[in-house]
Amino acid sequence: MLYREAGQFKASFAEDMQIFPIRQDRIAIGLLLAFAFFGIPLFASEYWFSAILIPFLIFALAALGLNILTGYCGQLSLGTAAFMAVGAYAAYNFQLRVEGIPILVSFVLAGFTAAAVGVLFGLPSLRIKGFYLAVATLAAQFFIVWVLTKFPWLSNNSSSGVISAQKIQILGFSFDTPVSKYLLVLGIVVVMALAAKNLARSGTGRAWMAVRDMDVAAQVIGIPLMHTKLTAFAVSSFYCGVAGALYAFCYLGSVEPDGFNLDLSFRILFMVIIGGVGTVLGSFLGAAFILLLPIFLDNTLLPTAHALGLPFSNATVSHIQFMVFGALIMFFLIVEPHGLARLWQITKEKLRLWPFPH
Amino acid sequence: MKRIALAVAAAATLAVGSIGTAHAQAKEQFFPILSYRVGPYGANGQSLFGGMIDYLQYVNMKGGVNGVMMTWEECETEYNNAKGVECYERLKGKAGANSAPVFPLSTGISYALIDKSAADKIPLAMVGYGRTDAVDGSVFPFAFTMVGTYQMQATAIVKYLKDQNKGSLAGKKIAYMYHDSAYGKEPIVALEAEARVNKFELVQIPVAHPGNEQGAQWLKVRQERPDYVIFWGWGVMNQTALKAAQKVGFPREKMIGSWWAGSEEDTVPAGDAAKGYMSATWNVAGKDVPLVADIEKVVYGAGKGNLSDKSKLGSILYNRGVSYGVLAVEAIRKAQEKYGKGKTMSGEQIAWAMENLDLNDAKLKALGATGLLPPIKTSCEDHEGSGKIKLQQWDGTKWVVKTDWIDGNRQLVHPLFKASAAQFAKDKGITPRDCKKAM
Repeated sequence: MLYREAGQFKASFAEDMQIFPIRQDRIAIGLLLAFAFFGIPLFASEYWFSAILIPFLIFALAALGLNILTGYCGQLSLGTAAFMAVGAYAAYNFQLRVEGIPILVSFVLAGFTAAAVGVLFGLPSLRIKGFYLAVATLAAQFFIVWVLTKFPWLSNNSSSGVISAQKIQILGFSFDTPVSKYLLVLGIVVVMALAAKNLARSGTGRAWMAVRDMDVAAQVIGIPLMHTKLTAFAVSSFYCGVAGALYAFCYLGSVEPDGFNLDLSFRILFMVIIGGVGTVLGSFLGAAFILLLPIFLDNTLLPTAHALGLPFSNATVSHIQFMVFGALIMFFLIVEPHGLARLWQITKEKLRLWPFPH
Repeated sequence: MKRIALAVAAAATLAVGSIGTAHAQAKEQFFPILSYRVGPYGANGQSLFGGMIDYLQYVNMKGGVNGVMMTWEECETEYNNAKGVECYERLKGKAGANSAPVFPLSTGISYALIDKSAADKIPLAMVGYGRTDAVDGSVFPFAFTMVGTYQMQATAIVKYLKDQNKGSLAGKKIAYMYHDSAYGKEPIVALEAEARVNKFELVQIPVAHPGNEQGAQWLKVRQERPDYVIFWGWGVMNQTALKAAQKVGFPREKMIGSWWAGSEEDTVPAGDAAKGYMSATWNVAGKDVPLVADIEKVVYGAGKGNLSDKSKLGSILYNRGVSYGVLAVEAIRKAQEKYGKGKTMSGEQIAWAMENLDLNDAKLKALGATGLLPPIKTSCEDHEGSGKIKLQQWDGTKWVVKTDWIDGNRQLVHPLFKASAAQFAKDKGITPRDCKKAM
């Protein structure tokens, strides 16, 4: 009843083309952002910032990066974690080796470095498709981690190969508390998500989707395949690179190449699949699902077991958590193969008709 | 959808949090235990954390530390850095300001917690693992690499080999085979320095995590024909290496593992192939240690033991877990001596105690812990406090200690720590405190 667009007329092209054409959506997203920027810092605890919100935003950004490549352009990639590693190590090295470089600039440069590496590993996509391409990007995953381990210069000859992220300072303000790091990450993620949304709606995005849906047809109508695929690789790796830099600087504080392993790549791929392939919202929903559900189960299973008097140990809870998590993934994939974002879309459509469906 | 999920999660966390605050009452010392009992290293974690928790239980059954009871909560990290950070943040909230030392038992998680624990003033115990340059307490006031570091251990092994070869290793070839992670890489600097000093040739052979495939590496061993293999493995990598060594015919007597590559979990699955294999250790195996025997009688007698598989009692890793418990509880006792007996200590007070710990042989004997730990005396300049190891050999059924305490090459290794810590301080903008004033 409340969610209805009756009476909202569009009088200009600009109004017709805005991201949220329905007023209620605009109000909701505005409220959500205001809540994220001003509400959450008021009452959330340190645990929420450091262990839940910051990783959630960073993984959402990485998932968004992969979604651009896999969801919008249809190129399956298993190298996401490696591109994140490139971003993390690049940001560290820019901070280390360029005197007085602003941290945001090194994040952007880290993104560009990752983009360059991404384009390099995107070259095989011009010849191979689907699962074969996935195997080719798998090479990126192993090669990049190997390079970071092999050349000590990249980790400033650290005896352990671990890099410790430098302090974050912007215009003399140092971001050292969890709240300030959260706000920094949130700001970056909001800007980049907006950019991704607009990119997807632009000519570039439509070219990606044309290639995804049928590359031969796209080529016939004059879309240059090489250019389109490589921009998708570049933009996607840029997002992953920035996510990796944030992962090192705002979340863990110190990272080693092994941390960016195939497991992480798979987790991000699952986020995209569960959240919704080819949607910006899906990246956020998927990250929330994959990241928060295990923590939620972990936090609730043990007290529940104690309350019921079941003799559960921590290890048992971990095993149960794996099982429940796996079962839920299968449930969602069977019920809604297009992901959580699609569920949300269906809900919206039903809401518009409610309470008088045809 | 997202907001609902957040709200539900928030409600759940609040509920959990309110249970947690019950722990933080007076007269209790809360241990945030970041354990791993599942995953690739779960078997090792069960013994280690089982030993540590059993000791805390034992202390409680004996009346606590001057009446202060030990409480703890476990959180499963699966040896995963991100999960470790989440667990740390979760348990930190429950511990409040009265946290006992955190033992992550993972080099990766320790690295991720260095900054956080310093900011929260919670002592981070990295006993036999973790960031080794934290030996320099002027830069790392809340991180404690107690008992020994990888570098000291590696140099002590070299010293042993030197003694075996009539005081000279010149012209020998030593292969260093390691887990290709922070854990395996840390000793390389020290070994390279030793190679220069003692004129032996060092061959480095990395093994990728998790290390259950080592065919190529042992082929290299066969080509290089080293006199010795120093072996820095962990988990499944260890038994694989022993079997592979048998296959290529490398004598196990010339293979010396680190203290994380020398437990029953490594040798028993390797069966026959493990016989003669040597490793470093700082604690003996077996139930002959009076403390371990007493734990079996008191804690397991009352049915309160933590191990589900009682046969692990008295294993190398179990006894090491007990030694962790001893270190933590003795630090709490020391802190109480200074800041008030029978009171709950803050993280800062325990950190002071860990920096001024003096566990000599007499004290260890009084605790019944002779053989579990070398004598330890820490200070602000030296968070390590010992750096001694023993070497043990697997005789096919049990670990037999072969040597007395062997000291690592302090003159060679500690300046390296100092330089590395200074670099860290520069990167992070930390002003090192003055150790003379810290007393």
